[in-house]
Amino acid sequence: MNEATANPGRLKRLLMITIAVTAALTVGAAALLVNIFEHKQEARNPFFRVAELTADTEDPAVWGRNFPLHYDDYRKTVDMERTRYGGSEALAHSPTQADPRSLLSQSKLEEDPRLKTMWAGYPFGVDFREERGHAYMLDDQSYTRRVTEFKQPGTCLNCHASMAVVYRKAGGGDVFEGFRKINAMPWAEARKLASHPVACVDCHDPATMQLRVTRPAFIEGIRAFKASQGVPNYDVNRQATAQEMRAFVCGQCHVEYYFQGEGKTLVYPWSKGLQVENILEYFDEVGHKDWVHKETGAAVLKAQHPEFEMWNQGVHARSGVTCADCHMPYKREGGFKISDHHVRSPLLNINRACQGCHRFPEEELKARVELIQGRSFASRNLAMDALMDLINDLRGAREAGASDAELKRARDMQRKAQFLIDFVEAENSTGFHAPQESMRVLTAALDYARKGQIALRQRSARAAAQP
Amino acid sequence: MHSQPGRRRAAGFAVWSYLFIALGVCAGLLVGIGVFTFAYACGASYMTDDPDACANCHVMRGQLDGWRKSSHRAAAVCNDCHTPPGLVPKYATKAVNGFFHSLAFTTGRFPDEIRIQARNGAVTESACQKCHAEIVAAAQQTRRHPSPLACVSCHRHVGHD
Repeated sequence: MNEATANPGRLKRLLMITIAVTAALTVGAAALLVNIFEHKQEARNPFFRVAELTADTEDPAVWGRNFPLHYDDYRKTVDMERTRYGGSEALAHSPTQADPRSLLSQSKLEEDPRLKTMWAGYPFGVDFREERGHAYMLDDQSYTRRVTEFKQPGTCLNCHASMAVVYRKAGGGDVFEGFRKINAMPWAEARKLASHPVACVDCHDPATMQLRVTRPAFIEGIRAFKASQGVPNYDVNRQATAQEMRAFVCGQCHVEYYFQGEGKTLVYPWSKGLQVENILEYFDEVGHKDWVHKETGAAVLKAQHPEFEMWNQGVHARSGVTCADCHMPYKREGGFKISDHHVRSPLLNINRACQGCHRFPEEELKARVELIQGRSFASRNLAMDALMDLINDLRGAREAGASDAELKRARDMQRKAQFLIDFVEAENSTGFHAPQESMRVLTAALDYARKGQIALRQRSARAAAQP
Repeated sequence: MHSQPGRRRAAGFAVWSYLFIALGVCAGLLVGIGVFTFAYACGASYMTDDPDACANCHVMRGQLDGWRKSSHRAAAVCNDCHTPPGLVPKYATKAVNGFFHSLAFTTGRFPDEIRIQARNGAVTESACQKCHAEIVAAAQQTRRHPSPLACVSCHRHVGHD
């Protein structure tokens, strides 16, 4: 009568295929339905408080139970990834008694041996590696030869461990008292009190999650700076704007500093301003030196990591764009907008870090940054070469028997040149945080170095003129 | 071993009709789930000009919020700038974008800072120039060469942030 009876085998196959296809489509439609359902649920921002957080909750894993998304990202700071001019590279290391780390980053001293000459006679000239993510800060301080082979104070832990709770406990409830006590301890003794790298409690109020500054050195440093701007008695936790706080919490550590007096008190030298010359003027006034240069006898300074000060000189700071906006940009998790706690180079996260404001392709933005960094790096190398020439000439004059009085000006020029170069070198953005300011500082450094050489030429000309 | 032809036909009819009913049930299930999914996902809203439809999923919430405060909120809805004029081009654009947006949202493969594609950028550019033809005519008259700049390269905030 029809094909059904005429060819039952073929029809049966057709039927089976139709059922299989229909089943697959049904599975697809159901899966899509569930996916849409899940997306609708995501948009509801559920928050479950499963752990009670107090001012004593130091362990970030406990905070992570309430804020799993933030905690997941925070843990990612173990990643080691290079950018063109920065970032760390994971190098295998055979653990030893003195240094049990199995991974290290590349040595900056090997990359540029001029650094060894600049820091001759100072622990930085012995061991200095590329900085790694936040997760490594405590271990990297514990096992660097700068700490294992030299006597260091407890002050160092201010920025290499979670100290908010430690300071308060050591001071019997008074953070400033605990801070003073721990600064004066030997490093090894203070190290026993710390258990985590920087953690949630260092920047967040456990009750409200609001940003807060916990480091006494920043509270006092920013008060001194604001006073120089005509704002007396500034209280950062009360008077800062929400946007300022997104830079200030980072400025608790990413700044220039020195250890003041016998108590090794950590001080941020900002009472004259945040520009490098203001800081140098402050150090000159208080007569501070970090060490005496081994080859030249100059009383020199080591710039630490003045990212906060340098950023303050740039156009991003003027536009109100803070550290967190680029290094911890907002990201979407479902219908939820959170700040990315995987703190890292914006160059590894261009879409979220830059494209919210700069509507250009990622490659274009990366090229712009590298153009700025390449120019800055070239000038840094010129200034560094000039400094090497000055150090070389100074050493020669010293060996030739020049007196301290005769070397005074050249040594002062070395102090200035090397602090300025280091200020750009140590702030880890290869010029990007404030491109024109970095170039200006490097130009001034180069000028100081050459002026130092001229001072020595005048001395040797006078020496030659004498019979 | 030959059976009667009539009985054979009757038996064949019974088997096939059961199979066709089963097939019908399957197809009905698929259509049912499909219709439900379409309704649950507010599928019909995508046929309209309602700006809320564009933020059914939360990805474009910021753009929608920005538009509500923008200078264009009273002059144009999403579709006025993001779809070309004409029924067929309009719905073709909606279909293509709808497919790729759904694909991206379902797989999660899209950047947080979403970026307009070249084709959609061209649609928006011509929308600017259509409504503001009188203003741009004089400037456009001098331009023979292709321009790398769009109106929104500078007038970024007119539609939404």
